[in-house]
Amino acid sequence: MTAPGVTGDGQVGGRPDSGTPLLEVRDLVVHHGQLMALDEISLRVFPGEVYAIIGANGAGKSTLLRTIAGLHHPTSGSVFYDGKDVTGLRPDRRATQGIVMVPEGRRLFGSLSVEENLKVGATYARQGPWHIERVYEMFGWMRERRKQPTAQLSGGEQQAVAIGRALVANPRVLMLDELSLGLAPVVVQRIYGMLPQILGTGLTVLLVEQDVSQALRVASHIQCLLEGRTTLEGKPADVTADQVEAAYFGLAGTAAASRPGEESEA
Amino acid sequence: MAWVNAIIQGVLTGGLYALFACGLSLMFGVMKVVNLAHGDLAVVAGYIAIGVIAVTHVPVLWSFLIVVPIMAVLGYVLQRTVIQTALDRSVLTTLLVTFGLSVVIENGLLQFFTANSRGIGANLALVTGAFTIGSQISIAYLLLLIFAVAVAVLLGLQYFLSRSKYGRLIRAVADDKEAAQLAGADYRHVFGIAAAVAFATVALGGIAFGMYSDLDPTTGTDTILLFAFAAVVIGGLGSLWGTLLGGIVLGVAQQIGAQINISDELLAGYIVFLIVLILRPQGLISRGAQSS
Repeated sequence: MTAPGVTGDGQVGGRPDSGTPLLEVRDLVVHHGQLMALDEISLRVFPGEVYAIIGANGAGKSTLLRTIAGLHHPTSGSVFYDGKDVTGLRPDRRATQGIVMVPEGRRLFGSLSVEENLKVGATYARQGPWHIERVYEMFGWMRERRKQPTAQLSGGEQQAVAIGRALVANPRVLMLDELSLGLAPVVVQRIYGMLPQILGTGLTVLLVEQDVSQALRVASHIQCLLEGRTTLEGKPADVTADQVEAAYFGLAGTAAASRPGEESEA
Repeated sequence: MAWVNAIIQGVLTGGLYALFACGLSLMFGVMKVVNLAHGDLAVVAGYIAIGVIAVTHVPVLWSFLIVVPIMAVLGYVLQRTVIQTALDRSVLTTLLVTFGLSVVIENGLLQFFTANSRGIGANLALVTGAFTIGSQISIAYLLLLIFAVAVAVLLGLQYFLSRSKYGRLIRAVADDKEAAQLAGADYRHVFGIAAAVAFATVALGGIAFGMYSDLDPTTGTDTILLFAFAAVVIGGLGSLWGTLLGGIVLGVAQQIGAQINISDELLAGYIVFLIVLILRPQGLISRGAQSS
């Protein structure tokens, strides 16, 4: 399966490096209290890409996404979106300008129905191809269960509603934080199977995934974090399994192996 | 028949208490703010109504058309400034800040309007009139009107919260304000809208109480706030119709207490309040597993 949205033009690295990145992070440093969660992380996401951040628990992946969304304030460094510095912008302003995140753990509005969740997502939507009806078309079951409280849905169904809630805002950059968390592999497959449909509408995807094989399968570009630093970056086709393993666990001489639970990702 | 009359009076008074309580409940349910100045703000609304009636000579009943918007704007402004600033520090700080607000309002009213008590429209036939059923049961028009207003307010709130765009946003922000931000909602603005709605109900409560009884600068804390609290706790925190049920239970308990001994009116109300706190601390109507 080739990654959708990438033009196979055969250039080195396979990325449209010549254009301007839609999203750019420069030397981002983020602290959680005393702990340094991100240590000078940089990345450039180009239009139409599926950019995957991989890494072990506590590597800083979620912190990176949350900082891009505006939920954490960086100690230093900056976030550029569409050529503009958005580092000081409030999260809701970033969302209305087109940076929309599906948060880890789905975070649906529990006292609202499926449809109401989608309506909240659409309240401050940009102009674009997505609307509630289109979400219903993509997830066939959703229309007839739209009046149900989201608590009655399965984990996979809740994840679909969370994605729908983000899509109806018509983002330009869709950030997906640990889609697979707590879901059965078959459900994860099905949700990632929707990605081509989503990309077909011109979105750019930045995702965080602990499931490395899943990320390698869908991404056009991967970046591996370990303890807040970049340990590997490249096109999935250009990196070997050994390289990924070394970068993921830090076996290539980097300080320690995975230290689970250091960063609170809750 | 005296007992039946007591129960009917209690139920109707419950409408007034629900009018006090629903705004308090809304602010706690959405912002987790316990507004200790709630009662004083109702008194302020009553005083504004008195002023508006004296200056513009609008009919007493229509004064709410002016007072409600004024209080709604005041609610939005207070929420966006003083209360939000406190909320950014901690929920506990809002207790101190609203307590301070209560002290300032009460003493400000004392300073400028003296300790004299004032009523609203005390000479109106509506305020003094009543009709009788049989020989023992007498129902005041005013109390019936207040009860009807309370039910209308609760129906309106329910419709607003469940059907309107801002109602939906208010519930979303109450559930998870971070997720609401990610959906593009400025939760501070949504909080402001919720406070505006709560203050609008406070305005109605203040006018209603001014017509039902008298207002003085201390009425806010020693009567309105306490009854509102009792009604909210008895009915169940965060439940809209719970405030009506709580108000009715409180009202009936007070009237039955008064029937036993006229000086036991308030005591009976608080005994029921304590019993509910002990036996059913989540209130009679609990909203269930509402995350906080």
